[in-house]
Amino acid sequence: MSAPTTPAAGTGTATDGTADGPAAPMVDVRAVHKSFGSLEVLKGVDLEVRAGEVTVILGPSGSGKSTLLRTINHLEKVDQGWISVDGSLVGYRRSGDKLYELREREILKQRTRIGFVFQNFNLFPHLTVLDNIVEAPVSALKRSRKDVTEAARRLLDRVGLADKADAYPKQLSGGQQQRVAIARALALEPRLLLFDEPTSALDPELVGEVLDVIKDLAHQGTTMIVVTHEIGFAREVADTVVFMDDGRIVEQGAPGDVLDAPKHERTRAFLSKVL
Amino acid sequence: MSSHTLTKVAAPEDAVPSRIVPRRRTGQWTAAGLVLILLGLAVNSVARNEAFQWDVVGDYFTSASVLRGLGLTLWLTGLVMALGFALGALLAAGRLSGNPVLRAVSWGYVWLFRSMPILVQLLFWFNIGALYPTLFGVKTVNLLGPVTVAIIGLTLHEAAYAAEVVRGGILSVDRGQIEAAEALGLSRWRRWWKIVLPQAMRSIVPPAGNMLIGTLKGTSIISVIAVQDLLYSVQLVYHRTYQVIPLLMVATLWYIIVTSVLSVGQYYVERHYGRGSERAR
Repeated sequence: MSAPTTPAAGTGTATDGTADGPAAPMVDVRAVHKSFGSLEVLKGVDLEVRAGEVTVILGPSGSGKSTLLRTINHLEKVDQGWISVDGSLVGYRRSGDKLYELREREILKQRTRIGFVFQNFNLFPHLTVLDNIVEAPVSALKRSRKDVTEAARRLLDRVGLADKADAYPKQLSGGQQQRVAIARALALEPRLLLFDEPTSALDPELVGEVLDVIKDLAHQGTTMIVVTHEIGFAREVADTVVFMDDGRIVEQGAPGDVLDAPKHERTRAFLSKVL
Repeated sequence: MSSHTLTKVAAPEDAVPSRIVPRRRTGQWTAAGLVLILLGLAVNSVARNEAFQWDVVGDYFTSASVLRGLGLTLWLTGLVMALGFALGALLAAGRLSGNPVLRAVSWGYVWLFRSMPILVQLLFWFNIGALYPTLFGVKTVNLLGPVTVAIIGLTLHEAAYAAEVVRGGILSVDRGQIEAAEALGLSRWRRWWKIVLPQAMRSIVPPAGNMLIGTLKGTSIISVIAVQDLLYSVQLVYHRTYQVIPLLMVATLWYIIVTSVLSVGQYYVERHYGRGSERAR
């Protein structure tokens, strides 16, 4: 396939929307393909997310939505196409018509600007809540432990867990663990937050407290992409709803359009099952 | 309903029972009694059998040569464990690395050194001078004395087993932990040292404790190349005095004491690495 144009190298990142003309998208996914063995999971995905917007990705399991999310911070490598975040290619450097994979250190540096929240929280069980949050800013960004600790306590306060700083993750409920995981991602002050089914592993009565934290972030203008099954959350918070099926984006648009007046038969079929 | 039929039988059953009586464990008490009797008989027989010559045991228990042998056994065990696990951790990292050359080399090492009996290996290193009479311009015999041979042989053997113990520990750590560390931008070294290894330690410590105790007693094999460890020290005495049993008892008691201390130590090490793994009560 033809190589899509990539963002020009060395341009500034005018993504806050205050510059003249339309701002470059914060996330730009172009013609991305990804296979696991003989199974093609992403079959050419294009997606743009503007700074400050919330994009919710819906779709049946196996539709490729989690894989798409994981390619955005290079937890999965793409087979074709490219992804840029905040003006720079993720995981690669372009030279001529070829993309060269970056060295691990450069990829790790990119990842510090992209927060990722996992379905299973993946908190470090042998570290206290505070140490979970402090670890990355200190070791990856080389910030002073004292400053980071103060910031971490403010973050814990923000997710309503100021009194749990010295607890170990296993001593917390699932909802509390996921709120710590969100605080951990925020501690790197990322330009973009990715949520991979953040409430799917939670008991029903704990879903609300996690969604409230995410809503709060959305209202403060954090750019985020959320893979979820929570249709109500999508309707309330999303600027754009994206429906995926069988490795492709079937349709996307404002929540009112996609959720209430879906154009595509597969979207209708999916929504009729989950609503 | 059935509760009606029950309450009809006797009114007091409506009240909350005054206490709960556990089932009697007659079998347990009988077994305990039998074990105590057998233990008493055994202790009595050992203590009163004059062939054990407990006075001789007392004479040699803290004699200078036995303590020297014990000292050598202890530092050799410590050194071999430390070197063996350092090399073993590297081998395990090699086995799990993405580099096929490293994987093959690590696999080959473990295959070779697990295949060779430690006794054969020690004799081989002891006689290496026959294969390579000089090393680095020095006579091999001068370069590799019995103690050096013991350190090399035991370490290479230990590393092959340690590699598998460490690899098992690393595999027990949830894949999501590494992904989370990668997503946070932690360097390879930091992921390994701060995230994976501390969690792997929970599965590494019990088999490593086993290996440590095994090595402590396993070092006695170096008596074949005339290194004066604990066992060889008592052997030197009984070859002279023919008091075989009491002197073997001296060595055995020391092995039991050190093993007991190590077992207690293992408990605390396990508790340390188990932190954060218990739910709140």
